[in-house]
Amino acid sequence: MAAVATNTILICAGGACISAGEESVKDAFKDELKKFALDTVVSVVETGCMGACNLGPLAVVYPEGVFYQKLTPDAARKIVREHILKGRVVEEYLYKGPEGEIKPQAQEELPFFTKQVKIATRNLGVIDPTDIDEYIGRDGYFALVKAVKEMTPEQVIEEIKASGLRGRGGAGFPTGLKWELGRKSKGDTKYIVCNADEGDPGAFMDRAILEGDPHTVIEGMVIGAYAIGASQGYIYVRAEYPLAIERLNIAIEKAREYGFLGKNILGSDFCFDIELRIGAGAFVCGEETALMASIEGERGQPRVKPPYPVQSGLWGKPTVINNVETFANIPPIILKGAKWFASIGTETSKGTKVFALAGKIRNTGLVEVPMGITLRELIFEIGGGIPGNKKFKAVQTGGPSGGCIPAEYLDTPVDYESLKELGTIMGSGGMVVMDEDDCMVDVAKFFLEFTVDESCGKCTPCREGTRVMLDILEKITNGEGTKEDLEKLKQLGEFISNSSLCGLGQTAPNPVLSTMRYFWDEYLAHVEEKRCPAKKCKALIRFVIDHDKCVGCTACAKVCPVNAITGEVRKPHTINDDECIRCGSCIEVCRFNAISKVSP
Amino acid sequence: MPKIKSLEELMKIKEDAIKDLKLRQSGKRGKVIVAMGTCGIAAGAKETLKAIVDAINEFGVDDIAVVQSGCMGLCDVEPTVEVSLMDEEPVIYGNVTPEQARRIVEKHLKNGEIVADLVVKRGEV
Repeated sequence: MAAVATNTILICAGGACISAGEESVKDAFKDELKKFALDTVVSVVETGCMGACNLGPLAVVYPEGVFYQKLTPDAARKIVREHILKGRVVEEYLYKGPEGEIKPQAQEELPFFTKQVKIATRNLGVIDPTDIDEYIGRDGYFALVKAVKEMTPEQVIEEIKASGLRGRGGAGFPTGLKWELGRKSKGDTKYIVCNADEGDPGAFMDRAILEGDPHTVIEGMVIGAYAIGASQGYIYVRAEYPLAIERLNIAIEKAREYGFLGKNILGSDFCFDIELRIGAGAFVCGEETALMASIEGERGQPRVKPPYPVQSGLWGKPTVINNVETFANIPPIILKGAKWFASIGTETSKGTKVFALAGKIRNTGLVEVPMGITLRELIFEIGGGIPGNKKFKAVQTGGPSGGCIPAEYLDTPVDYESLKELGTIMGSGGMVVMDEDDCMVDVAKFFLEFTVDESCGKCTPCREGTRVMLDILEKITNGEGTKEDLEKLKQLGEFISNSSLCGLGQTAPNPVLSTMRYFWDEYLAHVEEKRCPAKKCKALIRFVIDHDKCVGCTACAKVCPVNAITGEVRKPHTINDDECIRCGSCIEVCRFNAISKVSP
Repeated sequence: MPKIKSLEELMKIKEDAIKDLKLRQSGKRGKVIVAMGTCGIAAGAKETLKAIVDAINEFGVDDIAVVQSGCMGLCDVEPTVEVSLMDEEPVIYGNVTPEQARRIVEKHLKNGEIVADLVVKRGEV
């Protein structure tokens, strides 16, 4: 073994931190350590997503566990000179709380970290994802040994059934039951597939797991293959996740080398191997029948179910398809037992769920929480609430297949059933938070635009219906909508839900239907009063200058791209409404708060 | 790398890996602090640090963190090394050459005996 490192600098190499400049920070750390001849005793380890993506690039310096945020190459050099060399914590890059209080061990002090229960993401930010030994050091592959050496496939299935684990991809089908159906399905060849075609806008938990702990997914798949009797596995991962692909490839190769994949796994008769299949990033390929078509080399389009994949899947053989996060939960369940897992969560939803927090929320990033936690705890305690003293308006769960939940339901426990009752779904775990400045008609339009783009075009309700719905929404946000349009929108939504071929179409109207359910007044205001209460829809708002406040500094007139603002120096200015394009640049530059948006 | 076939083989890898992981986490039996101020480095603290790390590997001491610090104000007896174990008063050793560093690891960290002839100070600085 190499010399034991004295300090370790763990750098978050999740996608968000990488785009925030992690690589240059890492290089700066390494260069500076070399300068002081410390490169052999201080190791710099790139690890998976630590979750606090809005604070990136992140690094934690061990053994003290000091949590540094928003790093730059200069900051890295300073940390080497001050912290590593002289033992002085560099305060300016520590996490600071809302009142400016400094938190050196943020991971042990902040509710963002302490309120989480990590099962699927247990190794994220802790191990080097490219080092299989570190995974083994954290009990990796012990569950596989236990399953293959001490348990029959039936016992493995019983254990997963007893744990109450349900599919984390969105629909929440009991995993143990799916495996049992797979086991009982007749066929000489069976397949197991990992669905890593994560495509919801704002959801990135699967990517984080694949990038930060690829071995847990592989181990979960091998255990699943053992349980159902599969000989070949596929991980269907989208091409937009190059880092996940790179780390998966390394992990698969290492797992083969160690004998966890391939022929006679752990010296037994059990043979199983995994191949990657790279998807081209079509949202519909996350639908399991379309995903299988894509793996087979066909065009990624869904087909009618039944037959279900467990009966007739890839190349007509029984196929079990599970999501990334589902597989990541398998090894801990086998190792610690179904009872332990079932003790976490609610009556019908066991264990934890990983959520990607996005939108108008202070701590954007990745969190894993026990099922049954309330939305209020999740958004306000862990997520840190809404920035800029704005009011919470709604949260969208389940991405374009889900719906929104308004403020009055903030105390709802998060589990599959309660979310369904509210007209939305758990989905893969994306949570987009909206504040008072967001127009719900506009939000519905955004998600519908996405599904219209992603509709594969095979069935008419989805291909034509969603397009017509979007046209109506555009009409409404342009101030040309009528009450009949609202009725038509509702009818059409219900019709598309009932008659589309696959999940994409069946759920596409959800954002529209749920915003209509909770924010009917807002739709009415658009249609009857031609008013946008959130002052977001451009056709329904005007910009005006308050002549009492305007001092005539000319800043707005200078910035206006269409020269719509006129007025003499030191005299109140005026916006010519016919020329104004509602870009909002003038509001941003006005230092006297003299410009405001009005909707009639 | 031969293929793994048994729990024992897996356990062996885990134990080795844990050594690396443990050093990273807090919550250990204690730590060794090598003063790496300008004075310490000038007096040879880098070699001392390296010797400590090597000795820790050699003697299989896996629950001690090696940490660097700045000058603790004892510049005339640099390189200085502080051994701070849980429920024990910290001990500061002075003039620690690589050879003496090895002795400290073996005697103090491994066997729990204080190396009396090198002690500069007991207790907090």
